[in-house]
Amino acid sequence: MVEILFKLLEMTIIIALLIPIAAMLVWVERRMIGIWQDRLGPNRVGPFGILQSLADLLKILGKEDWIPPFSDRIVFTIAPVIGAVCVLMSFAVIPFSPTIGVSDLNIGLLFFLAMASLAVYSVVLAGWASNSKYALLGGMRAAAQTVSYEVFMGLSVMGVVLLTGSFNLREIVLAQESGWLIQTQFLGFIIFLIAGIAESHRLPFDLPEAETELTAGFHTEYSGLKFALFFLGEYLSVTLISAMCVVLFFGGWLMPEPLDSWLPPLVWFILKILFFVFFFILLRTSLPRPRFDQLLIFGWKYMLPLALINLLATAALKLGGFYG
Amino acid sequence: MADSKHKSHNQGKKSNGLSTAVDMIISQLRTMALVLKHTFTKADTVEYPEQKPYLAPRYRGRIVLTRDPDGEERCVGCNLCAAACPVDCIALQQTIDDDGRKRADFFRVNFSRCILCGFCEEACPTYAIQLTPDVELAEYDRQNLVYEKEHLLIKGVGKYPDYSFYRHSGIEVNIKGERKAKGDANQEKPPVDLKGLMP
Repeated sequence: MVEILFKLLEMTIIIALLIPIAAMLVWVERRMIGIWQDRLGPNRVGPFGILQSLADLLKILGKEDWIPPFSDRIVFTIAPVIGAVCVLMSFAVIPFSPTIGVSDLNIGLLFFLAMASLAVYSVVLAGWASNSKYALLGGMRAAAQTVSYEVFMGLSVMGVVLLTGSFNLREIVLAQESGWLIQTQFLGFIIFLIAGIAESHRLPFDLPEAETELTAGFHTEYSGLKFALFFLGEYLSVTLISAMCVVLFFGGWLMPEPLDSWLPPLVWFILKILFFVFFFILLRTSLPRPRFDQLLIFGWKYMLPLALINLLATAALKLGGFYG
Repeated sequence: MADSKHKSHNQGKKSNGLSTAVDMIISQLRTMALVLKHTFTKADTVEYPEQKPYLAPRYRGRIVLTRDPDGEERCVGCNLCAAACPVDCIALQQTIDDDGRKRADFFRVNFSRCILCGFCEEACPTYAIQLTPDVELAEYDRQNLVYEKEHLLIKGVGKYPDYSFYRHSGIEVNIKGERKAKGDANQEKPPVDLKGLMP
């Protein structure tokens, strides 16, 4: 009984921390993009503008929560919730530190992939229920994009599973004590990262939103709190993909010998995640968006074969006893 | 950390495979490196309310009506500025004073319409209407943006310190209380006595 209560408390704390962190990421992103574009970014609200997200939240709460009369009301309302919930669910299997982590599911990696696939329903349903051209195009793109990137995202992490012999994320981390998997699974990491970017609909793969062509894509018709939920989902999934990169390829909370005693494991984990978050932001500032057919060709013709080759090579080397 | 689309660019022109792909990857990485370098460049932002940007003396901002070196109004109410104004934000009415000077009876600039184009300044034959580098025209009430003559008139001479229209023109007026007859103006000769021209 006490154990269950403790678990619930842990979950509450993790969720209560994740959501403000995702909100803060909006500010971090705007600040960093500002810096990289030789601007300052939002720096007025609070010290260094740190309360900008809070101000944005207050503003967005004050907006009219408008549901277009031509939309499918129920689906329109639940679509943003699905997105945020699916991403939050994925955090259940992330091992944050040797002791922190909601669940050590023995199919943790599959659970993550499943939740990532479910999250696309949010976008597709939003696009469909909005009953408008831009939203529909965005939803359609999201569907096609996810179908193509889902495939090799799963394949890219199979190398990791091969080497560690487990779907359990905690065990995958522990298996990296002798050395991070990035050493042997570099190709797999690159493919996973690319798929992750596409998965979280971030630039340069933000075709479902594509402000320049589709105004705002699938969330064109959204306003107020529902709009905020979409953004929460997006920034949470940036954090999630970063966390997954760290867990799968960069040893989770583990650090090499002299460094690991300097800071607690959780702090190392967060620092590594932050590194990837910053990388995501850098990608957004520097790279242009590809055309839709280019995106699909890139996925199916290059990334999928590469992922397969990576898997085959890993399997062959494993069988040949190369990895001991 | 390589990124995305590099290879997909190849699709358009059926290119020669691996070397182009490598070029594409390098190009993307280079882009990111160049952006990353900007972490250390200083922001161009001028933090406005605390830090004012430099506005040149000839910057086109708030409109003023200047006076000549004697302290009299330069404006003669000729209406050329109002005619030149593309947004019709200037309204005025000419009167003639007892001392022979023409003046604007009222002079009204509606700054909620004004686009600060400076055409009025160009049109003005007496250098009366001039634009200043003051751009802080924000008001809570739109009505406060309608400037009357007393708001527009300044004490100074503006950009042309020496110019005085009436000292150049052949009009009978009082300058500093003294009567200036026809022909007394600078670079002006006394009027010709037509009858004195008889052979």
